[in-house]
Amino acid sequence: MSQVIAPWFLRTYTEHMVKKTLEQKLAILSDAAKYDASCASSGSTKRDSRGGKSLGSNEGSGICHAYAPDGRCISLLKILMTNFCIYDCSYCINRVSSNVERARFSVDEVVKLTIEFYRRNYIEGLFLSSGIIRSPDTTMLDMVRIARKLRHEENFRGYIHLKTIPDAAPELIEEAGLLADRLSINVELPTDASVKQHAPEKSPEQIRRAMADVRLRKEVARDRSHTGKRPPRFAPAGQSTQMIIGADAATDTTVLGQSTRLYASYKLKRVYYSAFSPIPDASSRLPLISPPLQREHRLYQADWLLRFYGFDLREITGHHQSGNLDLDIDPKLSWALAHRGLFPVDVNRAPRELLLRVPGFGTKTVGRILSSRRHRSLRYDDLHRMGAGLKKARAFITAGGWSPGALTDSAGLRARFAPPPEQLSLF
Amino acid sequence: MTHVVVPRIDAARAWRDAARDLLLSQVPPQEVTWGDTRQDRGLFDTPGPPGPARPVTGSVTVPRSFLQMADTVVWHADPARFARLYAFLWRLIEAPHLMSDRGDAHLSQLRQMEKNVRRCQHKMKAFVRFREIGDPAGPRRSFAAWFEPTHHTVEPTAGFFARRFADMDWRILTPDISAVFEDGKVRFEEDHPRPDLPDDASEILWVTYFRNIFNPARLKVKAMQSEMPKKYWKNMPEAAAIPDLIAGAPARAREMALNAPGLPPPRMAAVQAQQAHLTSAWDGPADDLPRQVSACTRCPLHRTATQAVPGEGPLSARLMIVAEQPGDQEDLQGRPLVGPAGQLFDRIADDAGLDRNGAFVTNAVKHFKFRPRGRQRIHQRPDAGEIQHCRWWLEAEIQLVRPAVILALGATAALSLTGSGADLMQRRGNVETGPDGIPVLITLHPAYLLRQPDADKKAAATEHFRNDLGLARHMSENTVFPRTHA
Repeated sequence: MSQVIAPWFLRTYTEHMVKKTLEQKLAILSDAAKYDASCASSGSTKRDSRGGKSLGSNEGSGICHAYAPDGRCISLLKILMTNFCIYDCSYCINRVSSNVERARFSVDEVVKLTIEFYRRNYIEGLFLSSGIIRSPDTTMLDMVRIARKLRHEENFRGYIHLKTIPDAAPELIEEAGLLADRLSINVELPTDASVKQHAPEKSPEQIRRAMADVRLRKEVARDRSHTGKRPPRFAPAGQSTQMIIGADAATDTTVLGQSTRLYASYKLKRVYYSAFSPIPDASSRLPLISPPLQREHRLYQADWLLRFYGFDLREITGHHQSGNLDLDIDPKLSWALAHRGLFPVDVNRAPRELLLRVPGFGTKTVGRILSSRRHRSLRYDDLHRMGAGLKKARAFITAGGWSPGALTDSAGLRARFAPPPEQLSLF
Repeated sequence: MTHVVVPRIDAARAWRDAARDLLLSQVPPQEVTWGDTRQDRGLFDTPGPPGPARPVTGSVTVPRSFLQMADTVVWHADPARFARLYAFLWRLIEAPHLMSDRGDAHLSQLRQMEKNVRRCQHKMKAFVRFREIGDPAGPRRSFAAWFEPTHHTVEPTAGFFARRFADMDWRILTPDISAVFEDGKVRFEEDHPRPDLPDDASEILWVTYFRNIFNPARLKVKAMQSEMPKKYWKNMPEAAAIPDLIAGAPARAREMALNAPGLPPPRMAAVQAQQAHLTSAWDGPADDLPRQVSACTRCPLHRTATQAVPGEGPLSARLMIVAEQPGDQEDLQGRPLVGPAGQLFDRIADDAGLDRNGAFVTNAVKHFKFRPRGRQRIHQRPDAGEIQHCRWWLEAEIQLVRPAVILALGATAALSLTGSGADLMQRRGNVETGPDGIPVLITLHPAYLLRQPDADKKAAATEHFRNDLGLARHMSENTVFPRTHA
């Protein structure tokens, strides 16, 4: 029923687009993409280009081809197809009310950049996202076209991550999932209320339905047909999402509660936490602060404890009345200090679950302890060689030749790890 | 003393063979010295296996995990690597469980060396930078890179590049061993001089990308350097930009934080208006529609009009009459088609036997658009954007009423209902297809009759109009159109 009567949009594009070179567009559209934290290229199907008819490979683990001075890995060509956007999300540099310079890549330009960068070993593949132009379907269609051309015309076997537009048509999502390794949809903010406040055009329900849809399609693609034939795999590297931290008042308990639900409901591979970073031409509705990087770091640590260390959400945040994690010490240490009655733990006897709770012991260290102690009794020095962080662990363990004595219960234990109190900065 | 020479190329296999022979010959580690071809033999050393001097047969069994580790450790730069491996292997034969004892100092050291090599391999996969050396338009493209690995990692890592870049020729030249891939086959060469590679235009784009993907508000130089140590920088084109990016970051971040938010660009209103029509159909309760229409702010017309004028009439009507937009009177009274044109419509409808009260009467645009002149409001025709926005409401009304036929009065109504408002004089009296396939009868707007100065033309147009209204009545009574109420 909808015919678009006034094609003003096309006009605006051409007026903007005429003069920009590929380099200028790349500068604008990579700058616009840098607020997306994800750059993972791991965990997809194994494939390579042997036979000489195609280009690229994927061997399971991701590769960071460079690191920017912000410490972030550069694994993929992470760009926006366009930073024109009809939405007005206050945290986003590309929102319609921002005065940022606009540009748009053509399908061929994105394909060419990806292939030429890949051939020079700069990247593992493409992470393509986009502002919403004209309509979700038009935008998604262009993104799918890029992926299609890479796969079918350039025979590209590297990694492709597409950011899906929640409202796009199901056929487009389906095709995107068959072409790409990973699909992602950002939940944007920890609560529905903040999404509604800061991203008025986005609907949290719609975002969740889209993630549910990706999960279902993935599961359907796993079932063999009655002839035993396996359908083509749908988004083999799974789906991920991103939440912006520090733009609203949500506590860490809320944030982690949301990510726990997301992991469980939609089988996400990763939830990325992105410390809200001031953006050029920021919206006045947002705090103009330096990004809460420490908080982001603690959230990732807590996220790991929830997924790999058998911690429960309430254990991690329960003992903090504010609902936030301790910024000075890591969440595992914080938990251990609040539960000193369980320590010290004997590394030669304690079960795996308890070893995993020792600050300074990672999953690998625990695995090594378990396999080594089958043959002999472990001494304190052995632990060092097994990769344990003994500076933290020593107060919480006993081993051959070591007992922490009164250290475990000493009042000054926390102060040994927390950074010295800082004088308030005037600026 | 036995001296074993392990060649630089194919070292993993050579070490394995030598170690197996030594074990079978019961040669203890302290009686073997190892070297690669560059190292001279000791004064009292005798050349050891491989060689025909001591024919050995049989096999030794060692844990698979050891072989995997040894296959990696042989590429370490430490000259003692072969000896360390053999010494540990000697112990392992007596105590196979040693492989799972990470507390063992000897194993721990080998594992550390293994980790170093793996890391070096990983960095090689990451930091090799190819430049194009052949014709970009040629049938098979050709690239080369100069790389300086810490360990002897070219040989064990070449397979990765062969699997990845199979459709092009490439060579990775290093001060140690170089790998050359041509027509699908890898070969290794020793001691290549450093080549002078041509400039590559894509490098400029890559550096542009590197500069712009960096967020100056999150400077973490240590994190970058621990993952991308400075020793690799000299062969990476993007690294030259790093000092500059670091130096400028605090100022850029400060600037971002201090910059007051600017006024939104002028195109924003247009973009948001465009977006409003993309949202799906209205789906509230029927009796709420008039109130919702009144609260509409989808286009700027609401700012100057008195009120929005929703459609009126029975929801069960078989005929829907769509006029252009409210005029002066309609805007004041809040009812459609009640001004001078509306009164003329009523008179002619009476003649044609059309009962207006049985029809649902509405406008294509719900707010009055006008230009003030003195004490008068001069009617302005709504533009395509305003019609587009308001069509959302018109569609909502059509969904509620589901009429058998729609009568479109004038060009604006025709545009909204059929997508075209052109050539109205030719189209009047025609039945076209409207939303959801509902037939739309096109006719003139009664205001046209009012404005027509020529008496003859006016009489003719009025006659046409009367006929059209008669046709509308006839169609509404006789058209069988699937009417389903939602």
